[in-house]
Amino acid sequence: MSSVIRRDFLKTGGALIIGFSLRESLPAEDRGSVAGPPDAKQIDTWLAIHTDNTATVYIGFAELGQGNSTALLQVAAEELDLEMSQVRTVQLDTNVTPNQGGTYSSASIQRGGPQVRTAAAEARQALLQMASQKLEAPVEHLTVAKGVVSVAGSPDRSVTYGALVPDKPFHLAFTGTAPVKPPAEYKVVGARIPRNDIPDKVNGRYVYVQHVHLRGMLHGRVVRPRGQRAYGSGAKVGSLDESSIAEIPGARVVRRGDFVGVVAENEWDAVRAARQLKVTWDTAPTLPTQARLHEQMRAAKTTDRVVVQRGDVAGALAKAAHVVSESYRGPYQAHAPFGPNCAVAHVMPDRALVVCSTQDVYGTRNGLARLLDMPAEKIRVQYYEGSGTFGHSCYDDAAQAAALLSRLADKPVRLQFMRWDEHGWDNYGPAHVGEVQVASDAAGKIIAYQYEGWQHNWSAVETSAQLAGTPAADWPGGAAQQVSALNCGGMYDIANLRLVNHQLPGKDYLKGGWLRSPLDLSFSFASEQTIDALAYLAEIDPYQFRRQNITDARWLTVLDAVARSAKWTPRRAASQRSDGKVATGRGIGLGTHLVSYGAAVAEIEIHKETGRVVAKRLHGAVDAGLVVNPAFVENQISGQLVQTASRMFKEEVTFNTTNVTSLDWNSYPVLRFEECPEVTPIVVQRLNERSTGAGEEVMAAAAAAIANAFFDATGVRVREYPLTPSRVLAALSRAA
Amino acid sequence: MPGELKIRVNEQVRTVSAAPDTPLLYVLAGELELQGPRFGCGLAQCGSCSVLVNGVETRSCVTPVSDVQGKSITTLEGLPAWYAAQKKLRSAPPLHPVQQALIDEQAVQCGYCFNGMIIKASELLSKVPQPTEAQIRTAMNGHLCRCGTYPRVIKAIQRASRAMAGVA
Repeated sequence: MSSVIRRDFLKTGGALIIGFSLRESLPAEDRGSVAGPPDAKQIDTWLAIHTDNTATVYIGFAELGQGNSTALLQVAAEELDLEMSQVRTVQLDTNVTPNQGGTYSSASIQRGGPQVRTAAAEARQALLQMASQKLEAPVEHLTVAKGVVSVAGSPDRSVTYGALVPDKPFHLAFTGTAPVKPPAEYKVVGARIPRNDIPDKVNGRYVYVQHVHLRGMLHGRVVRPRGQRAYGSGAKVGSLDESSIAEIPGARVVRRGDFVGVVAENEWDAVRAARQLKVTWDTAPTLPTQARLHEQMRAAKTTDRVVVQRGDVAGALAKAAHVVSESYRGPYQAHAPFGPNCAVAHVMPDRALVVCSTQDVYGTRNGLARLLDMPAEKIRVQYYEGSGTFGHSCYDDAAQAAALLSRLADKPVRLQFMRWDEHGWDNYGPAHVGEVQVASDAAGKIIAYQYEGWQHNWSAVETSAQLAGTPAADWPGGAAQQVSALNCGGMYDIANLRLVNHQLPGKDYLKGGWLRSPLDLSFSFASEQTIDALAYLAEIDPYQFRRQNITDARWLTVLDAVARSAKWTPRRAASQRSDGKVATGRGIGLGTHLVSYGAAVAEIEIHKETGRVVAKRLHGAVDAGLVVNPAFVENQISGQLVQTASRMFKEEVTFNTTNVTSLDWNSYPVLRFEECPEVTPIVVQRLNERSTGAGEEVMAAAAAAIANAFFDATGVRVREYPLTPSRVLAALSRAA
Repeated sequence: MPGELKIRVNEQVRTVSAAPDTPLLYVLAGELELQGPRFGCGLAQCGSCSVLVNGVETRSCVTPVSDVQGKSITTLEGLPAWYAAQKKLRSAPPLHPVQQALIDEQAVQCGYCFNGMIIKASELLSKVPQPTEAQIRTAMNGHLCRCGTYPRVIKAIQRASRAMAGVA
């Protein structure tokens, strides 16, 4: 289907039947007509077999460019004995697709893989039973290839899946009890099948959420201060002069409380009106002074929690041969999706349709239900991919802003955030202070480890809802918001260990949210530099030092894999420093997110006169258990390595006491082509281990490897990232 | 006030009703419903909205529509035909070699930046058919990618360069 037809279909389809996917979602004639989530205990919720001997698999995970929409089809095709050309999926839609939880924590394959696998296996089992009756042969005598069931030895006695269930429901309970294939028999799973979404993404036919239009819609923009204040303070309108846009035909102001927007039939008129509208805002300072941010965090009254405590850390420290005690700082960083978030909403008195690029259509629906004071089942949320979000960017805020604009204007509205809206009102990855103490005996065995971390939680209320009157609230606690038992020493065998989390009051700081590998870059930047410093004191090569303190076979395997890839030769760090203007160094690091195993080696170059640091080569290895498609994970590792370089060298949200000031790509620079490292991704395939996340599990290791390479090159520890030229020059001059 | 303007897009003359100062992007993406050029920053900083104007990569988000009257605009959608005309091929291939190379390298992640990547790489190869890696990096430096696909984009441009050398 060409893009134009798709868009026409969207337009002529009318507001509540948008989405070409619905045509593909038969057999159940009523699929899509009732609010979801569809019953996860029914096979029909998960897949449908069509007359033409193909299958539609209903997947509850969002394609975000990581390839999960292809990989989960590989899982289904494998169990169903279908070819990849015989399976397809549909767009996420709260009336159509199951609720598998959001596409968070790189869990599509980890959590969704087993569900899709067992559902497909159970459907296959049912199909074989039907075929057994039809062909009058026992199930044990049947074989399947490409969806054709045959009697072994009598290929003329056969029937297709499509003939057995021709666009008809199974009406079968999903019990999860059907046997699945042993990994040794996998043909499709584990294969490097190309991604389904790529051809349309390069020929221009891919429909991004930014391309979705509804008939009769208006274009909307929000009007906010340039750059957020402290989360708890929101934004307060002082005065608003509607006559300031009177000359723009068809543009008008809509407002609820401090939520201000403009709508217009013509998009450029909406952009102009938002720019031109005269609004004054409360400018009382609410933010910390940026230069003193980490000191304020360290001194703040916090809610404390001991995450892990074992052995006697103080006692072990007292008798250690080598002790390192260091403090590290991480910045606020932005999601800054390349295309700002966009959403289209049609809110009617008794129901609503919202099209957006959320990680979780059901979660977004709940937020909209609260905002619109409408039962969740009256709201239909459909997913179209936006640009890479890497966590909780402004997609929920965009969905809510579009819904509010639509309700206030009483028309369908397409809301497109401008660059400064997205950069300035993001849920940033929170800043962090980490204080680490690590000790070893004379032989270099780690005997004590302590990590104390300071940061605030994520923000639970979207800006649109907050400005319209909902009070700010911190996200409830969770593993990804506090000191990580895995990244903070968890890979090493340490008898005496203590991890303490200090939770800051979120309303005094910037809005927070999960940003790819949340907090992990900061944890490993601190923890793995301290481990490296201990290796240095013990005069042991940093790779060997790690090896001798690890017994877990999976950590050892990724560590060895990355060292082998980088042709690591043993020597003490900082033992080959150069007096020249350009120093080169290498570093190694370990880390992950909540699961899986990551290891990285960095080779970097430091221009001592300018303070410029460039990563020349990054190697990253991941063990994520059974990898459904190694090519996809390699692409994810490559992307993570480049993004980590960007976050370690460039990215830092800036603010004054009134507003965030990093509002575009000049004030919030990211890595570009000329500074991009060579990358080597390494996948450790483990067919017999359960699949775990692979979309963010090597960034922490890479962050640490970069920092350790800096020490190797200069003999100087960097205490704070990003390693901007001014920070690097300051560190070098302090050391000199 | 909106008036009638004629612009040449992908070798077709299109009549559009837009105020002369309207950025070209809003005309292409809105009125003409093209999906190639897309909004990224509105500040000419990222390359999301790029098109070719008389063969030169141009940021359509800051280019008033009145500026391109009488010029030839090529968007992602028209790139295979633009390539065919350049190479004097009898008919347009389904994809420009850069597009095919990006598929072959499986370079894409979210793909939102690839409109600009493809436009810029096509412009580069039209001027420098066999660029060095350094030339590729320099030419592409004004195009951002948040997913970190740069290494594969570089490989794809090199692959496309080799493929184009094989075309008469």
